[in-house]
Amino acid sequence: MDMDSITPALLLASLMVAATPILLAGIGELVVERAGVLNLGVEGMMITGAIFGFAVTIESGSPMLGFAAAAAGGAGLALLFAALTQLALANQVASGLALTLFGLGLSSLLGQDYVGLKPVQPPAFKIPLLSDIPFIGRVFFSHDLMVYFGLGLVAAVWFMLKYTRAGLILRAVGENHHAAHALGYKVVRIRILAILFGGACAGLGGAYISLIRVPQWTEGMTSGAGWIALALVVFASWKPGRVLLGAWLFGGVTVLQLNLQAAGLAIPVEYLSMSPYLITILVLVIMSADKSRAPASLGRIFHASG
Amino acid sequence: MKLTHILASAAMALGLATAAVAQDKTKVGFIYVGPVGDGGWTYEHDQARKAVVEHFGDKVETVYQESVPEGADAERAISQMALQGADLIFTTSFGFMDATVDVAKKFPDVKFEHATGYKTAENLSVYSARFYEGRAIQGHIAGKMTESNTVGYIASFPIPEVIRGINSAFIHARKANPDVEFKIIWAYTWFDPAKEADAAKVLIEQGADVILQHTDSTAPLAAAEKAGNVIGFGQASDMAEYKPSPRVSSIIDDWAPYYIDRVQAVMDGTWETKDTWDGIGPGMVGIGEITDAVPEDVKEEALAMKEAIASGEYHPFTGPLNKQDGTPWLAEGEVADDETLLGMDFYVEGLSSEIPD
Repeated sequence: MDMDSITPALLLASLMVAATPILLAGIGELVVERAGVLNLGVEGMMITGAIFGFAVTIESGSPMLGFAAAAAGGAGLALLFAALTQLALANQVASGLALTLFGLGLSSLLGQDYVGLKPVQPPAFKIPLLSDIPFIGRVFFSHDLMVYFGLGLVAAVWFMLKYTRAGLILRAVGENHHAAHALGYKVVRIRILAILFGGACAGLGGAYISLIRVPQWTEGMTSGAGWIALALVVFASWKPGRVLLGAWLFGGVTVLQLNLQAAGLAIPVEYLSMSPYLITILVLVIMSADKSRAPASLGRIFHASG
Repeated sequence: MKLTHILASAAMALGLATAAVAQDKTKVGFIYVGPVGDGGWTYEHDQARKAVVEHFGDKVETVYQESVPEGADAERAISQMALQGADLIFTTSFGFMDATVDVAKKFPDVKFEHATGYKTAENLSVYSARFYEGRAIQGHIAGKMTESNTVGYIASFPIPEVIRGINSAFIHARKANPDVEFKIIWAYTWFDPAKEADAAKVLIEQGADVILQHTDSTAPLAAAEKAGNVIGFGQASDMAEYKPSPRVSSIIDDWAPYYIDRVQAVMDGTWETKDTWDGIGPGMVGIGEITDAVPEDVKEEALAMKEAIASGEYHPFTGPLNKQDGTPWLAEGEVADDETLLGMDFYVEGLSSEIPD
């Protein structure tokens, strides 16, 4: 085994890339769940975003437009979920699962003409000066824009939930929708907006996979990333900072275990393969030993009558 | 009375209907492990299915199910297809082996064909291609072209077929370049573009400038292209969209002649259990165009090797060869027998990592 072949800077840099899809989808789902809605359709919205983003990038030649379309596609699918659960008062678990199945089917239908094509690559955005710092520059400051966008989004969501009136209202809706309703807040409207936000984030996460991380379109290419994002939100006790930590852990251990394998480490591959799941869950469970708990109204249907 | 009457006539009508269909058309089923749009393994099987349709026209009806997981669910999918009245079912992945054997027992009148396996029965044939012949050519090109002397290999599952490929590629890479080392990542999947891309990136970061893959998607080629100065090969399908580089050549599976042959046999009633293992010679394994990214002399050597293998003049596993632990395997000039190759569970001398259990 030669550990020398593993470059820490490159390892950490690919950690940031590997974490971005689940980070984006996770932070979106976090907002949805803090508003009291459980949307299990993250995988479906991600893969829909992946194909929307891919198709539009191919047609227009602009990755930026592609990402915008991915967000719109994810939000479009989320709108369907919102209509079912918030207006038709359907069961959220069943609707979410249906959304995943629908998204997978829809994406492979839309994607038939896009197999084997290559999208235009967005340029890596090296932050001037900062990216020249040895080690740190390579790890943190020479990525594509979406990596920074993801980090910015986490910070924004954290700030919004903790320090703003909008965040307070969102949390109120998630904790006790009847009380929020009695105070005059539009519970359904707020939840629909949260669901749309979650869909857009999931769409972006999916497009990050199809446009940057892989980059190509193949059916079923998100292969479970949406479910990992969902689990991440729960194990992160609905806290944005911990979602970030969890995503980095998951992405980091994923990349690390591949590196260890390539370096010829004598640990059975099966253990290495399960390590990302195991370590991420373990760390987050230990952290959630404090008093954090799920939003009280999570998954419950709200109707103004009562 | 009334109910039994209705049931009886319904059963009769059903019987008549299936009989009528059975007379008209031969129904051929395909079980795929990935989506037909994977651009590799499953894509080629589906191309061959289309060739069957083209060849027989109205006389044949084909059905397929894609992305069938290997394991218990496969048995359900295969049974379902047999119940739907398929006369011949191709199960196209190694992991469908036991499921196919079980279903074949339950449906003695249906013919089964399992790809890359080794268990046969009265109504179950196996067929595979000698991909290791193509791997030898890839290994040669890889050994000649690597500048870092590091070749990355994305393996799927530790089964004989994959191990054979690694050994064959390694033997010929070492012959072309005695300093070459292989770094191997086991992806434990046939198809997961994100994981394959990650594996390729890691191998490239660790210095590999040639990537060989035994997984089915084009993601490793995309990663190679992104990295620049890294070459790779099309796997199972030509993957021509990555020509002329990073894709410098490819192994192409051509199942169409075999499928047409077997469907014809079912139609004629001459179908028998067979154990087919064909290579470059009969055309089941094709070598995709070697592009100009490969230097002219290397290309010529590779093509010469292809000719020698096709004519049977050269066998990729020809001694002297030792096993990884140094024990002799093949003496000078000795050629590996098929049985050892089919059950291959060891690396040859020179490979540094271990095969996972």
